[in-house]
Amino acid sequence: MLNKTNGLIYFLAFSSGFSIMGIELLGGRILAPFFGSSVHIWGSIITVFMLSLSFGYLLGGKLSIKRPSLTKYGLIFLLASIAILPIALFAQPIMAFIFTHVEDSRYGSLLASTALFFIPTIILGMISPYSVRLLVTDSEHSGQVAGGLYFVSTLGSALGTIITSFYMVLAFDVNAIIIGFASFIGCLGLFAIALDKLTIKEPVYA
Amino acid sequence: MRKLTVRCLLLVGVTLFSNASIAKVIHSERSLYRNILVEETGDLRCLKFDEKTRQSSQSCMYKSKPKKLVFNYTKLTFASLLMIDNPKNVLIIGLGGGTLSNVIHELYPQATIKNVEIDPAVIKVARDYFDFKESEKVTSKVQDGRIFIKRAALKKQTFDWIILDAFNGDYIPEHLLTKEFFEEIKSVLAEGGIVAANTFSSSKLYEHESATYHAVFGDFINVTTAKKSNRIILAGFNKAPTKEHLTERVKKLAPLLAPYSIDIDAVSKGMRSTKNNQDWPSDTKVLTDQYSPANLLNF
Repeated sequence: MLNKTNGLIYFLAFSSGFSIMGIELLGGRILAPFFGSSVHIWGSIITVFMLSLSFGYLLGGKLSIKRPSLTKYGLIFLLASIAILPIALFAQPIMAFIFTHVEDSRYGSLLASTALFFIPTIILGMISPYSVRLLVTDSEHSGQVAGGLYFVSTLGSALGTIITSFYMVLAFDVNAIIIGFASFIGCLGLFAIALDKLTIKEPVYA
Repeated sequence: MRKLTVRCLLLVGVTLFSNASIAKVIHSERSLYRNILVEETGDLRCLKFDEKTRQSSQSCMYKSKPKKLVFNYTKLTFASLLMIDNPKNVLIIGLGGGTLSNVIHELYPQATIKNVEIDPAVIKVARDYFDFKESEKVTSKVQDGRIFIKRAALKKQTFDWIILDAFNGDYIPEHLLTKEFFEEIKSVLAEGGIVAANTFSSSKLYEHESATYHAVFGDFINVTTAKKSNRIILAGFNKAPTKEHLTERVKKLAPLLAPYSIDIDAVSKGMRSTKNNQDWPSDTKVLTDQYSPANLLNF
């Protein structure tokens, strides 16, 4: 059963890596009108992404202990998809509020990054350890599986960075790209859940 | 890019005519944003940003005649004075060597001039090597131009002459070329004031930039020289000046500006309104905070 879904899990890990970096890259674009485009903007964004990914890894690992399933895995994606949407929908009022209350653009940008990216990135960070749990069958191959997962998700991150910055910003509005990432992640989650429901039925026919 | 070529030619020209024809770096420093060089070629001292692929001169002055303006685009900026009289609150985004600030201060000692520059090292070099003068009336602030304007709008400050000079030869801060930014500028522009933007866009970006200015300010005036290396966009005015008005202003300003080697009569002949004269397709996409790939469009 797992073999059949292994490919999907790798693809989902790839896609989450792709989306994380795509969103991180757009973060600079989103914050610039309120907090400028100086180096501290990237300091804020990268700090928040690293911090929330670290929490996400911890949470994802913890969640993977109790009865791991592809359905729960898909739910993480669905949740992430929902958490990404406010970036497109409410960034303006959130940043305007912070801008008027925080004079120093370093702390303003740090607060704004936190408000916009902290929660969705935590959820996206949960995906990596959960993927390891779903794929590892024996301890002998655990390192190899983890290595393979890091490979696909980091490769996804690299591609997400370059495709977003080279091509997508030329073709689409920032919000359209963000909503695109959210829908993509959400659809993958639904697909994982659907596949889990289908494969569960399999033993009945076997 | 064309601007750069012109500047290079200019430098070559100056080099040929000066005795000491070898450029000498008299100061260099690495700032948060770039490498800054101060270079001397005979009588000419230039502030350069070293951008690896090439060096671009940001500001130059003749040491023996510091009043004389070197760059055409700096001279073109003074076309603004044909449209407004006696500016009282001037805002300059992007300091360079501080040339504009110095000249405007000499012309209008009573005017308040605020210089906003993102790079503290540029301000330091302007003070130390380009005689950038500060006083009670003339101040400089280290801040991103966009943030400065937003804060000014919150404080309901207004300016009657806003000069945008934040683009260097290689890179455009994309958040300073969007409809939303121009709307913010409009909100701090005093009644009867004017916006002067120094730009060097070419090809596709030229069209997007024009469409964006037009979307916010309506018809504007392009000021160029015959070589069309740079253009100064004059926008935000209520009414285009009549020919008579321009002639009158030229006559009044010519003796005032001559010491800076600004031929205001020639400058005025390079002014062209976009009214009934749009040189960009009407379906050109306006640049916004949502869509602003300015650097990718500028090829």
